[in-house]
Amino acid sequence: MSVRATSSSTWEADVLQADGPVLVDFWAEWCGPCRQVAPILDEIQSENVDKITILKLNVDENPDLAMKYQITSIPAMKVFKAGAVETTIIGAKGKGALEKDLAAYIA
Amino acid sequence: MRQVIIVGSGPAGFTAAIYAARANLEPLVVASSVEVGGELMNTTDVENFPGFAEGIQGPELMEKMQAQAERFGAEILYDDVESLELDGPVKRVTLASGAVHEASTIIFATGSAYRKLGLANEERLTGHGVSWCATCDGFFFRDRTIAVIGGGDSAMEEATFLTRFASKVYVIHRGDTLRASKIMQDRAFQNEKIEFIWNSEVADIQGDAAVSGLVLKSTVDASTRELPIEGLFIAIGNDPRTHLVHGVLDLTPEGTIAVDGRSSKTSVAGVFAAGDVIDPSYRQAVTAAASGTVAALDAEHYLALQEQSAQGAQAEATLAAAAAPGA
Repeated sequence: MSVRATSSSTWEADVLQADGPVLVDFWAEWCGPCRQVAPILDEIQSENVDKITILKLNVDENPDLAMKYQITSIPAMKVFKAGAVETTIIGAKGKGALEKDLAAYIA
Repeated sequence: MRQVIIVGSGPAGFTAAIYAARANLEPLVVASSVEVGGELMNTTDVENFPGFAEGIQGPELMEKMQAQAERFGAEILYDDVESLELDGPVKRVTLASGAVHEASTIIFATGSAYRKLGLANEERLTGHGVSWCATCDGFFFRDRTIAVIGGGDSAMEEATFLTRFASKVYVIHRGDTLRASKIMQDRAFQNEKIEFIWNSEVADIQGDAAVSGLVLKSTVDASTRELPIEGLFIAIGNDPRTHLVHGVLDLTPEGTIAVDGRSSKTSVAGVFAAGDVIDPSYRQAVTAAASGTVAALDAEHYLALQEQSAQGAQAEATLAAAAAPGA
């Protein structure tokens, strides 16, 4: 299952008002490690559909949100719960390492 | 069981795969999960790889190498190696997913990893102004003042690239001369957004939630001074990535994997090494590719000898059985 994209216009409903935890992958086309981590996030989403929602946000198209969340390095993955950032993961990682970082949500 | 497993997917790994695949060895390439293509994936223009007169983007070059290897039947796995068993005639590769693959030979081409400054605040502020990837993160430093640490080609390339975004780029170098190639130096010297700070090293990175400045220490008189910046790109070199084979393969005093003369033979039979992981001095895409070729040819030769001696042993056994009285 492919991770769905979110944007500035859907941010409030998709992320801040969401019921369960939402992981947002801040990414860009020009970022090689972002492209490599994307299929891993697709897999994690497929295997944990009822535990976490994973969304991707293109920082090039949504610089306002990149600035608001002080993104200076991508890929940056932030888990939002009840509208607030609870966990931040910076840099591309393999599946096992990501699952470990997300254990609180998907274990 | 496979004939050859290649660990690594930079120019050395993929070139070894091209040669091994063309020799019908059906190589398996463990390409890693998030570093497929290796270091060139985070570079922009590659202007010194022969055959590309107009230059080529690093990621495009690596995609082409991978496609070339796949065209001849190399199989690529997007997974990381967890551990290796290299003793004996059957080599075992355990992956992060838990899968285990076996082969008669291994080509180890894991390249090198970015060297860190070794400062406590470096770790803490990574992702908060400290970056290891100019092509990924330059965008976030539009109209900011930033610094690049280092004096080699990578540092010059990053500094030059970052001037597309930043208003000012300091290049901080420990010495008073650069290791970088002349053309990369000249490009940086001519760029009016770049200012060099010589004979200085980073003593500390300042910043609470994000980088706000550096404490620089003179390598001449040990005096210190502060430099306000908002972003820090570290390009002070690389260390060979050998943690998977510590205590198993012999290393050189420089920390690279020791190989026999001009060959790729390591201290363990059937295990070959190529690319930056064996190279303390040149570390170019094209030298790594050449080194991958050497490893594939060495592995092919080793496999042929193994087969020959296996056939010889079988023929001897047949002869002995035929000659045995009463057989």
